[in-house]
Amino acid sequence: MTLQTTWFFLWGLLWAIFFMTDGFDFGVGTLLPFLGKTDAEKRIMINAIGPVWDGNEVWLITAGGVTFAAFPTVYAVMFSSLYSALMLILFALILRGVSFEFRGKVESAAWRNVWDTCSFVGSAAPALLFGVAFANIFKGIPIDQHGVYQGNLLTLLNPYGLCGGVLFLLLFIQHGALWLGIKTEGDLQRRAVQTAARLWPVTTGIAVIFLVFSKFATHLYDNYLAHPLLFLVILVTVAALLGIRFFMGQGQYGKAWIASATTIVGATFFGVIGLFPNLFPSSINPAFSLTAFNASSSPLTLTIMLGVVAVFIPIVLIYQVWSYRLFASKITSEDLDYDEAY
Amino acid sequence: MDVVWLSRLQFAAATMFHFLFVPLTLGLSILVAWMETRYVRTGDELYLKMTRFWGRIFLINFALGIVTGITLEFQFGTNWSRYSAYVGDIFGSLLAIEASAAFFLESTLIGVWIFGWKKLSAKAHATVMWLVAFASSLSAIWIITANAWMQHPVGYTIRDGRAELVSFTAVIFQKFAIMEFFHTISGAYILSAFLVMGICAYHLLKRRYVEFFSRSFNMALVFGLVFSLFIIVEGDLHAVDLAVKQPAKLAAMESHWTTTARAPLYLLAIPDEQHEKNAVEIGKIPRLLSFLAFRDTGAVVKGLKDFPKNERPPVMLTSLAFKGMVGLSMYFALMMIVGWFKRNRLTESPLYLKLMLFSIPLPYIANELGWMLAEVGRQPWIVYGLMKTSDAASPVAGSQVLTSLIAFVVVYALLGAAGYYLIVSHVKKGPVDA
Ligand code: HDD
Ligand code: HEM
Ligand code: HEM
Repeated sequence: MTLQTTWFFLWGLLWAIFFMTDGFDFGVGTLLPFLGKTDAEKRIMINAIGPVWDGNEVWLITAGGVTFAAFPTVYAVMFSSLYSALMLILFALILRGVSFEFRGKVESAAWRNVWDTCSFVGSAAPALLFGVAFANIFKGIPIDQHGVYQGNLLTLLNPYGLCGGVLFLLLFIQHGALWLGIKTEGDLQRRAVQTAARLWPVTTGIAVIFLVFSKFATHLYDNYLAHPLLFLVILVTVAALLGIRFFMGQGQYGKAWIASATTIVGATFFGVIGLFPNLFPSSINPAFSLTAFNASSSPLTLTIMLGVVAVFIPIVLIYQVWSYRLFASKITSEDLDYDEAY
Repeated sequence: MDVVWLSRLQFAAATMFHFLFVPLTLGLSILVAWMETRYVRTGDELYLKMTRFWGRIFLINFALGIVTGITLEFQFGTNWSRYSAYVGDIFGSLLAIEASAAFFLESTLIGVWIFGWKKLSAKAHATVMWLVAFASSLSAIWIITANAWMQHPVGYTIRDGRAELVSFTAVIFQKFAIMEFFHTISGAYILSAFLVMGICAYHLLKRRYVEFFSRSFNMALVFGLVFSLFIIVEGDLHAVDLAVKQPAKLAAMESHWTTTARAPLYLLAIPDEQHEKNAVEIGKIPRLLSFLAFRDTGAVVKGLKDFPKNERPPVMLTSLAFKGMVGLSMYFALMMIVGWFKRNRLTESPLYLKLMLFSIPLPYIANELGWMLAEVGRQPWIVYGLMKTSDAASPVAGSQVLTSLIAFVVVYALLGAAGYYLIVSHVKKGPVDA
């Protein structure tokens, strides 16, 4: 029981870290056509995430891998149920991944435009689709007793799912704009933080709608009502959201970014806690739901994997933090002179 | 259309495409790291130029390897959900370990390498590339271990209708995995050596940047020579192991129909699956198959006819893939040996250089053939002896898989073309602006 519970929350944590880190890459990619007025500005934006985006994306691979290892049935049912949505995400990630590497390698505006479009689509689409997918999981997915999905791609595009999608997209764009606030200077920086400031009321509005909507569309609050102390998580998340505005007003973009990161982690945990012990609830019949207890791996595998994660995740965090610090300084036009820079 | 069939096609297309890039990552990362280390040791600017020139090819290739890998990681769930639920307890953990132990290191440090030229000392920068190379090999170890488990499942028990882990050490230290790893990694090094040497040949033929490309050539040559000889010895041992563990695959790859003692080997045999015999048999060497498979010229080798029809792999593809791979391995070893004797007067051997230039695609073909042998030869099993491929697919609509399959083919073709174009134009420019 405790093993499975531990894994449930580790699972949530990995997704949360993925959203927190790759989230700002998605945001910057989405903002690329809007904020990058010149080629130099676009390059600055891409290079602002250049050294770290790839490492960030591995959190997704790990979250997927851990779902496979710890909850194989969930991995199987979740990914086959969400087949089309997931394929769209994968294609988007493919395009985004190569666009950074390819765009600067040929001196041609048309060539660069192609890859800029790929960066945009490849960043905005996953942001939106992950939101849609997770909101639908919160709500419950029409799976039968054999874990077979009884819907299609459009089933996922219900109002609550879309609300989740828009919320994720806005949170990530704001997260990315704040990252640019940290990493750039001058005019670009000014426009980036302006964007974040303008988005903030909209994001907050959607967040509130989502929280209220969740009351009617999902059972997420059941756990909170059973253990009122858990409302603290929601409070912290809301406080972090307000913190973004506060720190932005003070011109402290680093702190505003941290507040934004906290908001994203908090929002993920808001759902994960509400779901517990469900990982993939069935909207047809709660008895068909996949939970941490009926869909997990054997205790031996869970134990070994716990050891693996306990050793490697801290190590990963150490060298990722090291690399973030190595590239903490602002991007200048001088940085763009490297051969290998994007 | 049939979901199983479409999913197989899609998986084959996606992995084979991934494996166009992976081998070069595995080999070139080491060569680049070695070049950079030489630069650090000697301070010779030429090595720095080499690091940058080859490094750029490495990076373009690497980007394609990564994006094609991500789709694979998720395809087990999207397309093979029954398989995933069945084996997740064992197979899933290997993938998760790969991500947490290897991909993180690789992906984080490649960013550091690209952007860290001025932020790190020369020594630290070179070390970063060694770590990237190390992490790539580490990822190969884990994925190969996962594949080896499908080829030869060990350390499990069947409980509640799925395979559950009993012994983790049995899974990761099994001989099949170790053999498969060394074989795959050698194939990757051969491919990298040929690519580097072929590009060098292109410029040496034109007598441009002679010093630069002769040095690069010779570094790759050492690498290629060692591994093209090694793979023959190791591949043979791998086949011996296979003879015991997957007799049906052995029979199919040799298109050996009738169980006999003192089985002969044919240099070339074209199977006729309908009539359960070979349509063409050329170059019979008596008793060699018995010897190669069991180290005993008198040993009995089980023929395909003694396997039920529904447990035989497709013979034609399996056997031709095997013969092609082995044939090519002889050519690779030969070219490397010739290269060794010509290494100090390369520009005087235009014929050899031309051959090397046109040989670039061959190790790619050998690698893909090897995988076709391994994966098609495992059919009809997805997990050998435990689960049939036909029971493994997801309960999704055929139209969904067809759509994604078409999308894969189109997107991958375009990306492949773009990547090819970038590498070729970079190569043609030469190291001037590298
Ligand atoms: C340059 C590439 C290359 C070369 C020269 C060779 N191979 Fe190979 N071979 C591969 C590249 C490869 C591969 C693509 O890497 C495979 C696919 C799966 C694996 O383990 O390695 C493979 C698979 C593979 C298998 C099937 C393993 C399985 O079913 O899991 C056998 C029996 C051999 N090889 C044997 C040989 C022999 C006897 C060779 C030479 C005398 C040889 N290979 C040369
Ligand atoms: C990168 C090198 C690889 C290549 C080129 C490759 C190639 C192929 C091919 C051609 C097939 C189709 C066989 C058929 O349906 O007749 C296949 C199937 C499959 N392979 Fe691989 N494979 C590779 C590595 C792996 C690895 C490392 C794994 C597991 C970790 C794996 C797992 C599978 C699975 C699950 C299938 C689908 C089911 C099946 O058809 O058996 N493959 N692969
Ligand atoms: C069919 C099973 C396979 C899966 C699921 C898979 C998965 C992946 C994933 C997710 C990545 C991206 C990692 C990142 O972002 O850093 C990747 C890259 C890589 N994979 Fe695979 N892979 C498979 C087959 C193989 C095989 C057979 C090998 C080696 C023998 C291999 C070696 C590598 C290497 C070295 C990379 C580094 C990136 C690059 O080459 O550009 N993979 N793979």
